[in-house]
Parts: sequence; structure tokens; C-alpha cells
Amino acid sequence: MTLANPSDFQPQGQPSPPAPSAGLQPEGWLRYLSFSLDHKVIGLQYLVCGFLFYFLGGALAGVIRTELASPISDFVARDTYNQVLTLHGTVMIFLWIVPVVNGGFGNYLIPFYVGARDMAFPRLNAVAFWLIPPAGLLLISSYFLQGGAAQSGWTAYPPLSITTPALGQVLWILSVLLLGGSSIFGGINFIATILKLRRPGLKLMQLPMYCWAMLGTSLLVVLSTPVLAGTLILLSFDIIAHTGFFNPALGGNVVVYQHLFWFYSHPAVYIMVLPAFGLVSEILPIHARKPLFGYTTMVYSIMGIVVLGLVVWAHHMFTSGTPPWMRLFFTIATAFIAVPTGIKFFNWLATLWGGKIALNSAMLFACAFIVNFVFGGITGVALAQVPFDIHVHDTYFVVGHFHYIVYGGTVFVIFSAVYHWYPKFTGRMLNEDLGRLHFLLTFVGFNLCFAPQHWLGLNGMPRRVAEYDPSFTTWNQVSSVGALLMGLSTLPFLINVVVSAYRGTIAGDNPWNALTPEWLTSSPPPVENWIGEAPLVTHPYGYGTPTDRIDLNVATGKELWVGPDR
Amino acid sequence: MTSLAPGSSDSTSLAAVAVAETAADSHGHDQHGEHADARLFGLATFLVADGMTFAGFFAAYLTFRAVNPLPEGSSYELELVLPAINTVLLLVSSYTFHRAGRGLLRGDHPSCRLWLLVSAALGAAFLAGQMVEYFNLPFGLTDNLFASTFYALTGFHGLHVTLGVICILIVWWQARAGGRVSSASPFGLEAAELYWHFVDGIWVILFGILYLL
Repeated sequence: MTLANPSDFQPQGQPSPPAPSAGLQPEGWLRYLSFSLDHKVIGLQYLVCGFLFYFLGGALAGVIRTELASPISDFVARDTYNQVLTLHGTVMIFLWIVPVVNGGFGNYLIPFYVGARDMAFPRLNAVAFWLIPPAGLLLISSYFLQGGAAQSGWTAYPPLSITTPALGQVLWILSVLLLGGSSIFGGINFIATILKLRRPGLKLMQLPMYCWAMLGTSLLVVLSTPVLAGTLILLSFDIIAHTGFFNPALGGNVVVYQHLFWFYSHPAVYIMVLPAFGLVSEILPIHARKPLFGYTTMVYSIMGIVVLGLVVWAHHMFTSGTPPWMRLFFTIATAFIAVPTGIKFFNWLATLWGGKIALNSAMLFACAFIVNFVFGGITGVALAQVPFDIHVHDTYFVVGHFHYIVYGGTVFVIFSAVYHWYPKFTGRMLNEDLGRLHFLLTFVGFNLCFAPQHWLGLNGMPRRVAEYDPSFTTWNQVSSVGALLMGLSTLPFLINVVVSAYRGTIAGDNPWNALTPEWLTSSPPPVENWIGEAPLVTHPYGYGTPTDRIDLNVATGKELWVGPDR
Repeated sequence: MTSLAPGSSDSTSLAAVAVAETAADSHGHDQHGEHADARLFGLATFLVADGMTFAGFFAAYLTFRAVNPLPEGSSYELELVLPAINTVLLLVSSYTFHRAGRGLLRGDHPSCRLWLLVSAALGAAFLAGQMVEYFNLPFGLTDNLFASTFYALTGFHGLHVTLGVICILIVWWQARAGGRVSSASPFGLEAAELYWHFVDGIWVILFGILYLL
């Protein structure tokens, strides 16, 4: 990837802009290995680093599905299975989804959307990214040390996390603390950028929806991540100093750990999925050539999810001896979340309704997201009901539900977003045929892998165990075949992103004829984002006007750019 | 692909020209520097996050206290005199820090630095008092659940006070005449002051639920 030559973009007669203040930064691809302060570089650092961890987490998932292809423990040792399971969950959540969907796309897009040259705190931003590689290496290295990696799952419930080998668990805690710190720094930066760095004249209710999603997400990050950090510090005391906060043998209370853990980790689901809601709200209008339906209700829905998301955590604990009043409250609060989520779902459908839909790779993944997510949402509402939850708690039903939300929801959107923004990142298009092959393999593989798990769970197959009753064999093998397809699906994707960077069709500045500000500059954009003043985009979704023309109001109030008549 | 194929270079260069036309009313930010207006806001957001860590600890402590009985022979009773004096020390230090800020705004650097030193001394005295209390307590870190929680909470807060005293001393150095902190650029002092008031506020809550409840 090369930086566009600003002179290509500089209109005749304009003086050259002053040299950017980041002049001491390395040039070319070395920027991506440096402590760069440029939000676009940092965004791509998050993205590439996240994808590396995705492939690692995917390989770990491959180990899990291979082991589960037969009912007996034959592929890896039992405690190795526990370590692989724990690493898979931790890598996928803390090193792949949270950094990519927040830090990756957030850093790249938010400054554009608010009309700024960079994030509010560029140095803090770079620090937040550079906490991630060491944290990831720390986590992986624990696998090779004495006692191996942590074995207590991504939840690290005590007393299991206190009784399993200490070194791996302590390194796990350190790693998650670093990643939590990175996440909090990022959240502070996003809140400050969105609220304080908006271009003069740009109102909050004119921002692209992804800004609202990131504002809501960052509020959740700032309010809930510190609680997890504090809890893990107490847990590390229990492991290292033999205090008894969460150790029943020493008079401690495991349920308090669960409450504090889920106070973060339920909002964490929204930290993973709200940004995806925002991204898909950017992608759908552009490829359906229609304004985003119900902008205001979208904004209130996001904020409603933020508020409700903070008060539903104990629905993960219905079998932890929670008193009936608590079960009732958390069931009702959880069911309420379906309302703002449903509003968003129908808004997306209404956006597509009557649109001029281009079924390209980005759109295929975005539409599949809607399908997957509504299925995961329905099983989520089911899980919120105490009688049902008690039946399927800790079974594969929960695993299926979770992956429908986080893979079928967020990861599909990440792929959609890569197809959508890759031309902006690199100046070249991704290959559509490979993209559609990637989509087909992913969609079929994903549903084959996770849909049978609901059935397995309903029939009582417990999660997190390497061995199972032989009567579950058939559906487990179907699920493993699905996982294999998902693994294969990354091949066309990898080939596509690597080859297209050199051989792809030249994209031009605005291949999708989009209106959001990141497209109103060169591809890839110059260091200062725009040559000259940032455009004032007050109608980021002004597609499909009666004359089928695209208008853009800027500070001058003048019509800037007219789309091609179709 | 249909008409949504990559746009013609004509339309996009049109956009480029028009975007550049608005450059006349430029207001550009410092491109990759910290954004001055947002710094205190960012710190306040961080303190909300930090406050949530304490909130988690408080919630854990209150739940332990409500649910988990202590073993025979241990109790929640604590000596009150020293912590009460410590509370007064911290509250007074908030006031003295406020005086330092007023001194700086007047451009009176000696007065500002004197009040900063007084604030730092009060913070150090608080830490000394905390140490005296630690060495005279009848329980150690792992004796029972209350003991562990007590040390975790006061220790975490003490860490904040230590950091605060270091910050005050740094600001004291920067507030010398011709230094980085002045009435024209008071950010360093304002940030340290906001943090210090936050640490004081946390102590008041901590004192209430740990010593008085």
C-alpha cells in the first residue's frame, strides 16, 4: 500500500499544504510497524494484527472441532483441550473481535466521520494499539511454559481458575488486563473525538450511524471494563497471595466473582456487536441506494441498548443460586433489549425495501448478517427465560447462540466491511468472484457448524468437555465439517486481500458513489485526510432523491457532487 | 456489476475541486498533536472508568459483608481516630490545591508553588498515617475476607494517593516561573487538581463504608 501522492489530488492553482507534523514517521509499509500517530495507520495496524489473531483462534477452533469429531478423547490430551478451549475464546474475543471492530474500523473511520484530521489523543491511541501485540504474545507464550496455558475458559470462574496451574492463569490475567487497558484508552479516545472534535457546523444528529454505535460502545467500555480489571486483580490475589475473595474454602464468595465478571462480560457482547450494527448501517444504504431508514430511532435504540445492556448481566447466572426476584428482574430486562434490537432489525429491512440493491460481496455478507443475527437474537430471547435457560444452561445451545451473535453477527460484518472499505484502504478493489466464493463457503460452513449445536444442546450435550455421549456423534461430525468449510473459506479471502493489493482494479476515490466523508478524498487518503478543508456532510445518507441524483451540502450550501444518472 | 461499478474519474475529481474550494474558511486542527480542548474531558472520562473500578470493589465488599459471615473471633470494628484525622488531611489538601490553582491564575507562581507543596505534604502525611494504621492492625492480608477486602481497598486507594503526590510534585516543578505550567497554559495543574479531588472523593466514600458502616 502506498500513500497517494497528494499532488494527484491537489487542484490547479492551490498552494501545497504544509508538510504534515508527523514528518519523522517512517514512510511506506514500515509505518505499519512503527509507533505511528496517524489514525489510519493505527486503524490498519489493529485490523491486520486482529486478522493474525483470528487465524490463530481459527486454528484453535480447528483443534476443538477435530477433537469433537469423535466422542472419545483421541486427538489431544484432556488438559490440552482445556487450554486450547480457553485460548480460543480469549484470542477470539479480546484479540480479534474487540480490537478489530472497535479499534480497527473505529480508528480508521471516526475521524473522517466527525471531520477531524486525527483522533483526540493520537499518542494514547498508538499506546492503546501497542499494548495488544505484547498482550497476545504473553497469552500465547503461557501455552509453552510449565503447567501450560490457563484452563478455566474465557470466563476464568473460580474456584476452577484458582485450582488449575497458577502460572498460565496469572499470565492470562495479565494479558487480559493489558487488553482491557488498551480497550479503555481506545474508548476514552472515541468519546472525546466524537463529542469534542466534530467539525464546526456538524451536529450530533447528522453524524453517520457508526459514530453513534462507537459512542455507545465506548460508554460501555469505559463503564464496564474497569470492573473486570478490578475483579481480575482480586482473582490474581487469590491465586498468588492466597487471599480468599472468591475461594469458598477460605470463606470467599464465587457468586460475587460471577456478578462482577458478567457486569463487564455481558456488555462485552454489545461492545462486540454494537460497532457491527454501526458498520452495517453504513454499508446497507450505500449498496441499496437508499437513505438509512429511521435514523433517529436507530440512535435511540443504540442508547437504549447501552442502558439496558448494563443491567442484564445476571441472566448468565440463573443457575448460580440467584434469588427469584433477581431472576425475574433480569429476565424482564433482557427481554426488553429485544425491543431496541428489533427496531434496528426492521430499520435495516426497511432500508433495503425497494432499494436498488447491488448484491456484491460486501452486501452479501451484510445481508447474511441480518439473517444470522435475527436467529441468534431469537435464541437469545429464549435463553433469557429462566425455565428454558435452566434446561440448556452450560450446553451446546449456549455455544450455538453465542456464535450466531458473535460470528454470524459481528464477524460477517467485519468481512462485509473489509470488502466495502478495502478500496479506501488500498486504492484497489477486491476481486468479486473470490469474494462471492468466500461468502458462499463462510455462510454454508457457518450454518453447518453452529446450527446443529442448538440441537445438541437441547438434547443435553454439555459445553467445554472433550468427550461426549456417542449418541451425539452424527451432529458433531456435521458441525466439524462446517468448521472445515469455514477454515477453507479463509483461503479465497487471504488470496484476495494479498493479490488485490498489487493486482486489483484501481478503485478511484469513490467506487461506491458514497456520501460519507471518507469517500470524499483520495484512496488511500492523504496523511491529513483531506487536502484543504474537511467537507461538511450534513446528510450522510442522502441517496435516491426523487431525481435519482446525489446531493451533498457543504459549508457553502452549494451542491457539490452529482452522482451518475441511472 | 451494474451502474454501481467504480465511479468515473470525472465525478470524483469534481468532488475534489469542490472540497478544496471550501478550504478558504480553514480552521484546521494541529494535525497529529493532542487536542488541547479535549484533554481535561479525556481525563474526566478516564476518572469515570477509574471510579468504576472502585465501584466494583465497593460492591464486592458490601456483598461480602451482607452474605459471608466472618469466622469466629474476627470483627469489622476498626480504630476511628487515625482514619478520621487522615480524612481531614485529605479534605484540607483539596482546599490547599484549590488555592494553588487560584495562585497560578493570578500569575503568582511563588504562592502557587507554596500551596502545591502544602498539598503534597498533606498527601504524604495521609500515606504515613495509613502506614501507621497498617502496622497497628490486629489482622493481616489473608486472615479473613474482611481483612483481605480492607487491604485491597485501602491499598488501591493508597496507590492513587501516591501517584497523586508524585503528580503534584511534577506540577510543582513545572509551575516554576518560565516553566511548562503557567496561567496561560494551566492544563498540568488543572489535570492534577481534578485527579486529586477525585482521589479525595473516593476516600470519603471508602471511609464511609469501610470505617463508619
